[in-house]
Amino acid sequence: MTDSALREIADDPSSRKRFFKMLGGAGAVGAATVLIAACGDDKKTTATTSARATTTPEANNASDLKIVNYALTLEYLEATFYQEVLDSGVIKDKKIGDLAKGLAAAEQQHVEALIATAKSLGGTPAAKPMTKFQDTIAKGADTILMTAATVENLGAAAYLGQAGNIKSRDILAAALSIHSVEARHAAALNELVGRGFGGRGGLEGSLPDGAFGKPMDMAAVLKAVAPFIAG
Amino acid sequence: MTRESFLLRSTLAAGTAYGALSATPYITRALAAGTTGDIDILNYALTLEYLESTFYTLAIKQVSGLSAHDRRLAREIRDNEDAHVDALAATVKSLGGKPAAKPTFDFGNAFASADAFLKTANVLEDTGVSAYNGAAISIDSVDVLAAAGAIAQVEARHAALIRLTRGKPPAPLAFDKASEMPAVLKAVKPFITA
Repeated sequence: MTDSALREIADDPSSRKRFFKMLGGAGAVGAATVLIAACGDDKKTTATTSARATTTPEANNASDLKIVNYALTLEYLEATFYQEVLDSGVIKDKKIGDLAKGLAAAEQQHVEALIATAKSLGGTPAAKPMTKFQDTIAKGADTILMTAATVENLGAAAYLGQAGNIKSRDILAAALSIHSVEARHAAALNELVGRGFGGRGGLEGSLPDGAFGKPMDMAAVLKAVAPFIAG
Repeated sequence: MTRESFLLRSTLAAGTAYGALSATPYITRALAAGTTGDIDILNYALTLEYLESTFYTLAIKQVSGLSAHDRRLAREIRDNEDAHVDALAATVKSLGGKPAAKPTFDFGNAFASADAFLKTANVLEDTGVSAYNGAAISIDSVDVLAAAGAIAQVEARHAALIRLTRGKPPAPLAFDKASEMPAVLKAVKPFITA
């Protein structure tokens, strides 16, 4: 099942190092600021978990809207990435091409569901961010898959990080149904690139945190995706 | 035993046995709060985890012709399910509840071949994901919810890995199903004898 060429890249520490340099590279702070502004967010509010019972319905709506727009921004990133990968024609392998099509379709459905959810809260859906995936895509199928594997782990951690902050039961249900799909994508992609189970934390591996998925907060997630945001 | 020493013990048990030390403060926070409703949900989850843990434990012993890959995967998943059992039982106790007893299971012909094993594993993992997604919205404690989410994510990863091994789409739906307790119990009933 696992392509040996993919495994080779996965085991090559130099390509892995390059990847992480890219993920945590310069310009992260500026782009993250833009993204936070786009989400209408405020760093101070992202870590609260215990306000559920004490706030007004209006405040709960506003809080959920921020989370929905944050998720929407992440889904836009994923959907755009897979669509640009497909459009680029870089993927020649049919099996991987089919996988990318499936991922693109799922992320696009997440985008549409989150837009509808933001509207149902009386809010304005976050705008589609300007992205820069060209360099990643130009490096070819292996880099694309490695990036996807890491980004899906990030997505799963991002949803998990918000579950306890969501006030509305319906929105929680929606978030959970997306969360486990991101986790499925993450496990499959990490397996396909030959990373193994992992299990030591971080964003590599099909079971990167062992038996218990580890959440990431909004600030850490936005920092990690900042290199992919233009402007 | 004081609660502090209990928390410490469960943290150490989970952390040292499963190498998940970084994740355990998160789990043990779940031990700090909760209600009777949460205890019921945790015991429901515990029953499902007993089912999975027993399933993989027996499979590793009984299925002949498992490839090295599949055996490695079965062991990894069993270790995760054991950790879930321990964490859930500890959480129920810390909330003042009594952990559900481990049922007696019968997996029929599920261990007759590697294919039969993987097919049943696929059903159990997908059912597990939908069970957590269905139950999580009814959890009162934010910390218990976070712990349930942390487990649900790992069940989803198991489901994807088992499906890939079977040549099936790892994520067949864009939105995973959420199943209510009666539907889940009906699905696993054939495996429970007592």
